Amino acid sequence: MKNEWPLWEVFIRGQHGLAHRHVGSLHAPDAETAILNARDVYTRRNEGVSIWVVEAKHIAASSPSEKGPLFEPSESKIYRHPTFFDIPEEVGHM
Amino acid sequence: MYAQMVKTASNRVKTREEMSPEEQHFQDKIDNDVKIEPKDWMPEDYRRTLIRQIGQHAHSEVVGQLPEGNWITRAPTLERKAILLAKVQDEAGHGLYLYSAAETLGVSRDELIELLHEGKMKYSSIFNYPTLNWADIGAVGWLVDGAAIINQVALQRTSYGPYSRAMIRICKEESFHARQGYSAIMKMAFGTPEQKKMAQDAVNRLWFPALMMFGPSDKDSVHSEQSMAWKIKVKTNDELRQQFVDQTVPQIDYLGLERPDPTIKWNEERGHYDFAMPDWDEFFNVIKGNGPCNADRMENRRKAWEDGAWVREGLLEHARKKAARKVAAE
Repeated sequence: MKNEWPLWEVFIRGQHGLAHRHVGSLHAPDAETAILNARDVYTRRNEGVSIWVVEAKHIAASSPSEKGPLFEPSESKIYRHPTFFDIPEEVGHM
Repeated sequence: MYAQMVKTASNRVKTREEMSPEEQHFQDKIDNDVKIEPKDWMPEDYRRTLIRQIGQHAHSEVVGQLPEGNWITRAPTLERKAILLAKVQDEAGHGLYLYSAAETLGVSRDELIELLHEGKMKYSSIFNYPTLNWADIGAVGWLVDGAAIINQVALQRTSYGPYSRAMIRICKEESFHARQGYSAIMKMAFGTPEQKKMAQDAVNRLWFPALMMFGPSDKDSVHSEQSMAWKIKVKTNDELRQQFVDQTVPQIDYLGLERPDPTIKWNEERGHYDFAMPDWDEFFNVIKGNGPCNADRMENRRKAWEDGAWVREGLLEHARKKAARKVAAE
């Protein structure tokens, strides 16, 4: 539509030192306004200490049809998990 | 409820044999509670139904600000004013989350807003009733948002990922709305005889419109079957309405108010309250656009949208110029 503000994806870092996490999206004319709007929409109850915004069109995503080729190979590689290995109890915590 | 009578293209659910392999795979995911995500394959009718339902839900959040906004400047204390302002601001946020969810289905927010303003999309019938005094504001928070919570808690399990996530976010904020409403109505019910009378009057007027929010009875709800099969709807209209009545009657009793429907009676055998259905002719009439405030609400919406156009355009033009200056400087 004519003159529609672009869509921005919003990422917020919560209180406890975690990574920024995707929380939703909003429309804004530019990055500065997007951050102000994100403050008003997504942090009204102390949900965050830092905001990232990125215009939605700049996000590249994997497609659902690639799900098999991308993610199935790791399913059979159970030795990548620590629980694959039995460590004798005498050895102690590892 | 915030989305009443959402149309699906067919009134009949396809049998497994009638489904294409893609449709079978899609239905399997839904039956196994695997969420459908924006880029996944989905039947065109699923997409269209969701756009209608989520759009209607979003419109309800936004139009719902109007009957309450009217009372921000008339709140009885500064604290009540700040609380109401925060609630109305939440509603704008809820509208935004829902428009965002709808946008993942390939429709833009401005398109949805224009469809609303052209009368081609609906919003909940409840917002076509007036808020005549401060007791109504308490009753709206308590009853209308209370009814909304019942619907929205169920919808957290809806099959479409972005819609479900929007519901989870909204539910976290919504219980503040119901509780602030009940707190306001408590103040009045336990106040002077005049205040108590106002509280009673508000409950009497808003009870049946609140029951209408869940939509027509299951037997008259022609679009439910497909929506249930797709888990766009998770519980039927009558199930949700019963849940609302069971939850709300003890709250009315606690206030020492008379029940707004004299036929409300505990049914030991069913383990639920029996109650009278609202006047469905009135409901269909309001849905058609003939409720007490339909014209007013849409006029205010259109005016706000048109009056704000220069701000939206100005900010966009400013952003364009700023970007161009940045490019020129580099």
